[in-house]
Amino acid sequence: MKVTSIILLFFLLCLTLQAQQKDTTHTLQTITIFSTKPGAITPVQTLGGKALEKMNSLSVADAARYFSGVQIKDYGGVGGLKTLNVHSMGTNQLGVFYDGIQLSNAQNGTVDLGRFSLDNIEQIDLYNAQKGVIFQPAKGFASAASIYLQSKRPVFHDAETLHGKAGFKTGSFGLINPSLRIEQKLSARMAAVVSSEWTHADGQYKFRYRYNDYDTTAVRKNGDIDAWRVEAAIYGNGKDSSNWHVQGYYYNSARGLPGPVVKGHFENGQRQWDRNAFIQGAYNQTFGKYSLQLNAKYMLDNVRYLDTAIVTATGPLMNRFHQHEYYLSAANQYRIKDWWDLALSADFQLNQMTAVNLDHFSIPTRITTLLAAATQLHLHRVDIQGSLLASIINESTKLYTSGGNRRAYTPTIIASWQPAAMPALRLRAFYKEIFRLPTFNDLYYTTTGNPTLKPEYSRQYDLGASYTKTSDGWWQYVAIQADAYYSRVTDKIVAVPGKLFRWQMQNIGLVNIYGIDAGVQTSPRFFKEVGTNFSLKYTYQKATDNNDQQIVYVPLHSGSVTTNLSWKAWDLNYNFVYVGARYYGSVNIPEYYIAPWYTHDLSLSWHISQLKLTGEINNIFNQYYDVIYNYPMPGRYYRMTASVNF
Amino acid sequence: MRKWIFVLLVISACRKSGSDNSSSQVTHVTDNTNQTSFYLLNEGNMGLNQTSLDYFNGGKGDYHLNIYGEINPTIVKELGDVGNDMKIYGNKLYAVITGSDRVEVMDKHTAKHLGEISVRSGRYLSFYNGKAYISSFAAASGSTDGSGFVAEADTSTFQVLRTVTVGRQPEEMAIAGSKMYVANSGGYTTSNYDHTLSVIDLNTFTVSKTIDVAVNLHHVKADGYGNIYVSSRGNYTNRPSKLYIVNTNTDAVTDSLNLGVSNLAIQGDSAYIMSVEWSNNTGSNTITYGIVNVKTKSIVSNGFIQNQAITTPYGIAIDPVTRDILITDVKDYLLPGTLYCFDKTGAKKWSVTTGNIPSQITFIQ
Repeated sequence: MKVTSIILLFFLLCLTLQAQQKDTTHTLQTITIFSTKPGAITPVQTLGGKALEKMNSLSVADAARYFSGVQIKDYGGVGGLKTLNVHSMGTNQLGVFYDGIQLSNAQNGTVDLGRFSLDNIEQIDLYNAQKGVIFQPAKGFASAASIYLQSKRPVFHDAETLHGKAGFKTGSFGLINPSLRIEQKLSARMAAVVSSEWTHADGQYKFRYRYNDYDTTAVRKNGDIDAWRVEAAIYGNGKDSSNWHVQGYYYNSARGLPGPVVKGHFENGQRQWDRNAFIQGAYNQTFGKYSLQLNAKYMLDNVRYLDTAIVTATGPLMNRFHQHEYYLSAANQYRIKDWWDLALSADFQLNQMTAVNLDHFSIPTRITTLLAAATQLHLHRVDIQGSLLASIINESTKLYTSGGNRRAYTPTIIASWQPAAMPALRLRAFYKEIFRLPTFNDLYYTTTGNPTLKPEYSRQYDLGASYTKTSDGWWQYVAIQADAYYSRVTDKIVAVPGKLFRWQMQNIGLVNIYGIDAGVQTSPRFFKEVGTNFSLKYTYQKATDNNDQQIVYVPLHSGSVTTNLSWKAWDLNYNFVYVGARYYGSVNIPEYYIAPWYTHDLSLSWHISQLKLTGEINNIFNQYYDVIYNYPMPGRYYRMTASVNF
Repeated sequence: MRKWIFVLLVISACRKSGSDNSSSQVTHVTDNTNQTSFYLLNEGNMGLNQTSLDYFNGGKGDYHLNIYGEINPTIVKELGDVGNDMKIYGNKLYAVITGSDRVEVMDKHTAKHLGEISVRSGRYLSFYNGKAYISSFAAASGSTDGSGFVAEADTSTFQVLRTVTVGRQPEEMAIAGSKMYVANSGGYTTSNYDHTLSVIDLNTFTVSKTIDVAVNLHHVKADGYGNIYVSSRGNYTNRPSKLYIVNTNTDAVTDSLNLGVSNLAIQGDSAYIMSVEWSNNTGSNTITYGIVNVKTKSIVSNGFIQNQAITTPYGIAIDPVTRDILITDVKDYLLPGTLYCFDKTGAKKWSVTTGNIPSQITFIQ
């Protein structure tokens, strides 16, 4: 670690020296790493545009590591499952939205963020509580926290009618990742875009375990992936104020599931094939004081899972799961006064799931109706939002016992205040109640499912402040954000393991979470030609269960540092992520202790006209670590990217 | 800028340097020093490589937690993943580590690593005439219907000599004369459990007979009267867990007893029985205890311990000298477990914290 510290020290000393040479003329545009939304009334963190491009990230999950208040669960490698947990409330409490419509998975309730490549993503927003607007689908009110992924929209300058981007990434793990994007102007009011990529990797990397007197190095195997993604969309504007878009998405992958590294089993024989396709569309229209938004979606999801180590009476274990989802939403907003809005949204969703070769599976159908009524007051220096969500769930099964129908009413109150004395300062507070339904796996999965499960409830209290200041001086930009929160999750759904065939989902958990999220970022300009950005994020989370023990995989302290220097055609990025000590067992004893981990990533890119080349070194100091116990992460690895705009 | 340097330096300094070490922990649990010493194997949750070995020194009344890593610091990934059975034969201590596809062989007195027998998904151990026998959930070579096997291994070279195909997902074995009785569970296919005992003729190492008993068989124990006691886990819905008695002269089921069995230990004429039985209908476990007199083949007691706080009884063993009853409590399977010691009247003598999922107790005689 000494080497790291010395290098950092040197790096920072250089910066300190530079800082003394003040320069007051600025010619370059400042690009902030985490852009802030002026007037946001709920805590939000945004990664977008150029900043997102500069990060050494392959997928949304890699980028989301830099947010505060989150934990990434990463099973390692290019193909490994990557999920996000906000404020220790559980992955299932997070809503993931793609172009405004939720990506859901009724089977397991989680969305693998590793599957969303940044190639087609324009912006990522992470909101605590909910997006701070009332004019949105009812689903927007229905998660404890939400992450919004916005795909890139076609933009045409002047007389352009066709352009695109071709890219190629390669590097460690046998990665081959060509991508192509084409944007076509169809008419003055319509544009189309097609984006496609192929990701192939053998997923092999070295890992190392040291304990007692042994020190062993091996190669991670069966982590290969072969995935295709194709997306197409048409965007249109009506002659009036309306706009609409329709998009189709197709993802097809075959991958190995590397499994935990245990004695005698450094590799695994499980494989999974996924096919996911959806078509979705949105329509927006404003008639004077009234605005309307319609959304619709149909999704098909097929999963095939093979475990060659388990041979049943009919051969190796092979499960197939099929899901259908139908979704319709209407959101309405009426501006009663300039300072008073009223909104009403209604969502209707149907989820069906069938399974092949799975004993005792119930074949469930879930019909979810969500109704949200919300109002917002924009007063002189105060914004107040209140919403009430009614969730009506009707569930039936073809066989066995159904989880039954549910009905719940959950309120949210959000307030934001700008003190007169300090216009750069904004104070905010929210209270939100929400629940999450047990997933189909929780309720019905052969031997583990438990139809008697109750929904998991969470209550969140948050108090925060943001300070944003831009100036003409050399110190162009500074933003500080801090939130303190308390959340309480009751009836938490926990898998209680038993003997070989007897795991069981139960509502045994209670989690109390006391946390602080804080972030500082600044963009000083020490030299005329050199643009700099620094961001520091810190999270403190005390998340304890019934027995007052810190819950599994949640560190007390975590944080990230992101820095960026641009000079002429060059761009240098340095990113650091720190995750403190954690426990993988539900008691905080030394046997279950996992040491802190931290990675240093560096990337350098150069561009000339439409060509851009980037080289990355990730985990520079080759630290071996586990995010999930016994799922080793890669040591130092490299990536190179070339892209051409045409 | 100073603040930044400080923050980064602090962050860089937070990881413990070098490798960590597992060290055993000793608890003095009793002043009563006439108890038999034993090893206790903690199963550990699947995928966590958490199997651990504890040692009780009966002459001192001391309990040593997690001794393997300290005694064998160079063994990569310690004992491994999911320890399912443990026995002493000759001067060696054998532990079947299911998820690690091996049987760990240690010195009986020092727990020093001596070698390992490579067997995929091993479950239970048995010994006969200088050979070790290991049942396996893995498919026998050439089998496509999920049939498992029993491997025969040499106890000095630790090599597997031959295997014999039995029923699906075989569990425990018992030996009577030159015959081995293997309980087949069929647990990988819950819609179609196996329901047979495979009888292996140990002279020829072939299956000489298959006895139809009941679904999802688990334990088999021999008594001193030429009978073996076979437990069925049931199917958790409409077939309850039960105990069956097979006469080893006729190889026929002669009796069945209406009591649930998840684990049992036979000492003299008494079979001590515990049951944690899950029901898909009620969504809960039912916990019972009982004693069966193996001479009369009848239930003589519906409980043998007093006033205890055990939540999920799992392992059971009877001290061959004092007749003390040792029972492990695995709680919710996630927390460290507890070992309870009761005297033969069922009064609690002592208890101690163990590793995760304490399961097998092996006395050192």
